[in-house]
Amino acid sequence: MSIITIQLGQCGNQVGREVFQAIATDLHSTHGLCSKKENDAYQAASKERFFSEEKTGVPAARAVLVDMEPKVIGQTLSVALRSGSWKYDHQSHFCQKQGSGNNWANGYCIHGPKHKEAIMNLVQKEAEKCDRLSGFLTLLSMAGGTGSGLGAFVIVQNYNSVLTLSHLYQTSDALLVHENDAIHKICAQLMNIKQISFQDVNQVIAHQLGSIFQPAYSSDSAVQYSRSPLGDLMEALVPHPEFKMLGLRNIPQMSENSLAFSTFAWPGLLKHLRQMLIANAKMEEGIDWQVRPPLPGLPLPQKQSPNRTAHFNTSIANLITLRGKDVQTADLGGFRDPALYTSWLSAQEALAIWKTPRAFNKYEKSASLVSNSQCLLKPIDAVVSKAWKMFASKAYVHQYTKFGIEEEDFLDCFSTLEQVIASYSSL
Amino acid sequence: MAQSVVVQVGQCGNQIGCRFWDLALREHAAVNKKGIYDEALCSFFRNVDPRSGDDGADISKGKICSLKARALLIDMEEGVVNEILQGPLRDVFDSKQLITDVSGSGNNWAVGHKMYGCQYRERIVEKLRKTAEHCDCLQCFFVIHSMGGGTGSGLGTFVLNVLEEEFPEVYRFVTSIYPSREDDVITSPYNSVLAMKELSEHADCVLPIENESLFDIVSKINQMTKCGKLGSSVKQASLVTSSGMKTTKEKPFDAMNNIVANLLLNLTSSARFEGSLNMDLNEITMNLVPFPRLHYLVSSLTPLYTLADVHVPSRKLDQMFSDAFSKDHQLIRADPKHCLYLACALLVRGNVHVSDLRRNIERLKPALNFVSWNQEGWKTGLCSVPPVGHSHSLLALANNTCVKSTFLELKERFMKLYKKKAHLHHYLHTDGMEQSCFSEALSSLSDLIDDYNQLDVMSCGPAVDPPRLKIAM
Repeated sequence: MSIITIQLGQCGNQVGREVFQAIATDLHSTHGLCSKKENDAYQAASKERFFSEEKTGVPAARAVLVDMEPKVIGQTLSVALRSGSWKYDHQSHFCQKQGSGNNWANGYCIHGPKHKEAIMNLVQKEAEKCDRLSGFLTLLSMAGGTGSGLGAFVIVQNYNSVLTLSHLYQTSDALLVHENDAIHKICAQLMNIKQISFQDVNQVIAHQLGSIFQPAYSSDSAVQYSRSPLGDLMEALVPHPEFKMLGLRNIPQMSENSLAFSTFAWPGLLKHLRQMLIANAKMEEGIDWQVRPPLPGLPLPQKQSPNRTAHFNTSIANLITLRGKDVQTADLGGFRDPALYTSWLSAQEALAIWKTPRAFNKYEKSASLVSNSQCLLKPIDAVVSKAWKMFASKAYVHQYTKFGIEEEDFLDCFSTLEQVIASYSSL
Repeated sequence: MAQSVVVQVGQCGNQIGCRFWDLALREHAAVNKKGIYDEALCSFFRNVDPRSGDDGADISKGKICSLKARALLIDMEEGVVNEILQGPLRDVFDSKQLITDVSGSGNNWAVGHKMYGCQYRERIVEKLRKTAEHCDCLQCFFVIHSMGGGTGSGLGTFVLNVLEEEFPEVYRFVTSIYPSREDDVITSPYNSVLAMKELSEHADCVLPIENESLFDIVSKINQMTKCGKLGSSVKQASLVTSSGMKTTKEKPFDAMNNIVANLLLNLTSSARFEGSLNMDLNEITMNLVPFPRLHYLVSSLTPLYTLADVHVPSRKLDQMFSDAFSKDHQLIRADPKHCLYLACALLVRGNVHVSDLRRNIERLKPALNFVSWNQEGWKTGLCSVPPVGHSHSLLALANNTCVKSTFLELKERFMKLYKKKAHLHHYLHTDGMEQSCFSEALSSLSDLIDDYNQLDVMSCGPAVDPPRLKIAM
């Protein structure tokens, strides 16, 4: 089945291009380290998912590009074309002359309704190109107006984030949240990049997304690659509509130079990944190894406030994807511990495992974890807290009311997110 | 790319405007070697085929034919505008972009605002519409004027009202030059305070600049040049001396006007050049104006003094960031470091990385006092094209309570005259001008000062976090 990617705003478009680039590179990788038959099946599944065949022979990304200003879309299209291995359909983008100026209300109340029909037509056309459509992957930043540049400073970003998140919470099936600061740290500490560019950050995100959405077998008995990646993801991770915030963890992540001097074994990788999960570390460096799951039989630790530092991260559900050599030998027992999960879902139901012997990207073995857990509680709480402080002073509110977002609307959004925070806190 | 239109009003406005156009053309010439009319040029210039008759048809692509500034020049005397029309920039404007009179406003806000405003309204509207019709996406108006005289302050703020009425969705940025204490126009406090009310009510964003600060900066540079500190190392194209008019005789205000023109140059650079990290002009008001009336931004430019200093590059770069927060780089006489920041924008040009921005913000932050609800109140923009002759430059825009010192001083000077009702009758002669105009302008200014005061007072008290919304589980 196919996935249609909707790239929104500066960030969405820049990340989207890197995602397709990462997938195209991986598709044609000669380091698959698996049988030809396996590789062919993987390639076929990946192509169907992300690209449509064009008469010219260059596959076209199943994507719709939307931005309210032309600069980034122009760059995105031309950089993709230059890659030679894939391109965007020259008709599936929509842009205007003037951006939303970091103003969520401008994007939502003005640009949205005005261009809804044109954008939905593009989506429709893209959907008609698919034999079987699994769903939509929408890429955007929370902070901007249309979706602002990643890592850019935006003063009103907390307002925009609150408005974006609360609306997404009501309209999406699941949210994959990337934290800018965490990605920056990965670039600096794991990838060893001295001057981190936007592209570096986007490439890390693209790698993470690619590692989830490239084909994998969704059970040990499966004879073909998963047909409905988004459906399977939902089934594995979102058992309740109140809980749909998903965090991503990958291992290993390192620069190509270090990679040449490293070997990996599944037990080591999975041990780190498990501790990253329970201690809520965003990367394999600086993990707090002191954090342990609560012992069975003992009373649950008291409800902790979301801003405490080190504590055990309770999961609702986890999805682990393993790619590469000897994948069948990997022991995932550490993730089957019931103590990792809430009481209302058994470990059996709460853990999903996808595998493929096909290596991803340049890593001989790699594991990624998508987790529906408390891991995003702290950053979301911080955003709400900062936005609320601003809102209590009525600062910047006039910029939004000007376009039709009233104080009431803000309050609704705040209460939606407070509800989410309260729900996750009480796990 | 969106377009902007510059409206320059009065003697001061027109002189600064012309410096801006001159420098903007130089910048584009330095980058655009092939003479192609591109998106970047389109933002502030039309490309016109002069042979195609009356209005000159726009050429949207290809070679540069004849560039026309997207500008409207307004003055109620002819001197300055005539000089422009005889000067090197004459081809950039045509007669359809001008509105002039012969008799001047006699340093009287009422004459500029009420009398000429009434008389010229239709002509102003018509010419603005014509200019706007040449833009396919008009984003911004830049009004340049002075506060002390009659035409700039009176008619300039009248134009601002017209812009709001006719183009409510287009942003209005105003560059206002505030008079010195020893201004030779006795009525300048009246004019300024009357104009302030209009700025507070009708502008999206005002960049106040004090004549005295410009004077201080220029004399400091002159002094340094004289004692040889800068010596031969001053570049021809430095920020302040880049008038390019060395061959002709330099006028006394040229250096001062150049500083303001450079401010505008840096402010508009990301609108004039492409770049994915550019800051859109509408992002400035969105991020820097937390309350509708508090839209006065204190600006500082660097490098300003040590233009050709040969230091280690990174040290030099960090110094540039430090300088932007020092007192002697501000374009009003105030010290933002010792007052409260509501928000701050850094607009950087040249070969500067996001990591340089982050590093410097982290470095400078501890010494700056930000309002409790905006502790991360930074907005940044990077334009990869540096000013001609420089490797990089920085424009800092601060929404800072220090701006109130300018307003307090203005109010004081206003009161000195107003208590004695001195010169009032000159104003009240004009149709539509009543004494209530003065009292309303005064209370508008007092309210504005109060708003800043309250923020200052609150920042001194203990910071109490507002209780969060409670959710019933």
